[in-house]
Amino acid sequence: MKIKHIEGEKNGNIMMYTLSTCVWCKKIKKYLKDLGVEYHYIDVDLLEGAEKEEVMQQMKEYTSEVSYPMLVINEKEYIIGYKPDEIKEKLGL
Amino acid sequence: MNQDISQGQIDKLYERLDKEAEEGGYHLNPDIEFTKDLVKGLITNENRYGYWSCPCRLASGNKAEDLDIICPCDYRDPDLNDYDACYCALYVSQKVMNGEKEVAPIPERRPPLEERLKLKPVPNISSLPLPVWRCKVCGYLCARENPPEVCPVCKAKKDRFERFI
Repeated sequence: MKIKHIEGEKNGNIMMYTLSTCVWCKKIKKYLKDLGVEYHYIDVDLLEGAEKEEVMQQMKEYTSEVSYPMLVINEKEYIIGYKPDEIKEKLGL
Repeated sequence: MNQDISQGQIDKLYERLDKEAEEGGYHLNPDIEFTKDLVKGLITNENRYGYWSCPCRLASGNKAEDLDIICPCDYRDPDLNDYDACYCALYVSQKVMNGEKEVAPIPERRPPLEERLKLKPVPNISSLPLPVWRCKVCGYLCARENPPEVCPVCKAKKDRFERFI
């Protein structure tokens, strides 16, 4: 799977589901990078077939109303959309 | 994957969309860098799927299933009305243009696939799914929740519309 890893300070397990064409997704990637936290992301639009289905299924486990970007913290809490304040709060920063 | 899209291509489409938007009473986001990035996303999706699928939504790749999210999407006008921007913030309201309102991410209005697949009953005149609005200046009619900000035909403002049906 094409999960990308961005190095930084460990602050829980941050996984992001994004689209390569989405400008809000770009903003959130940059925001996390500027915060200096470690995170992983996957551009779902670049996946195909079974892999795409599998990732979409993973996202649906959190909510039926899936949209992008979706940030998941410690495989538990999730934040949909570019919401810097909420991200900071949930990461305790 | 975007590397083969030239700046010239992006600029050209941007200018076209900007002209068309203004002619129809719509506005592209005045943050040009942000907007051109979205335009690049539209070109990427055109190359990938053959149509301008919304850059901020996941396309299925099946055109019939993605029709509602081909830009300008079915949700642009209600989102402009309720949030002053479309889902991507490619299109923004006059308030945003005037600097009276800032663009922010908005919730997804598009129903999940399961709901979209449910068959819709054929409408008849006594149970129209939407009100019909009439521009009192030029007679333009449109069926939607609210009248447009500006009449796409004669550019009359929203307050010149009346409920017709």
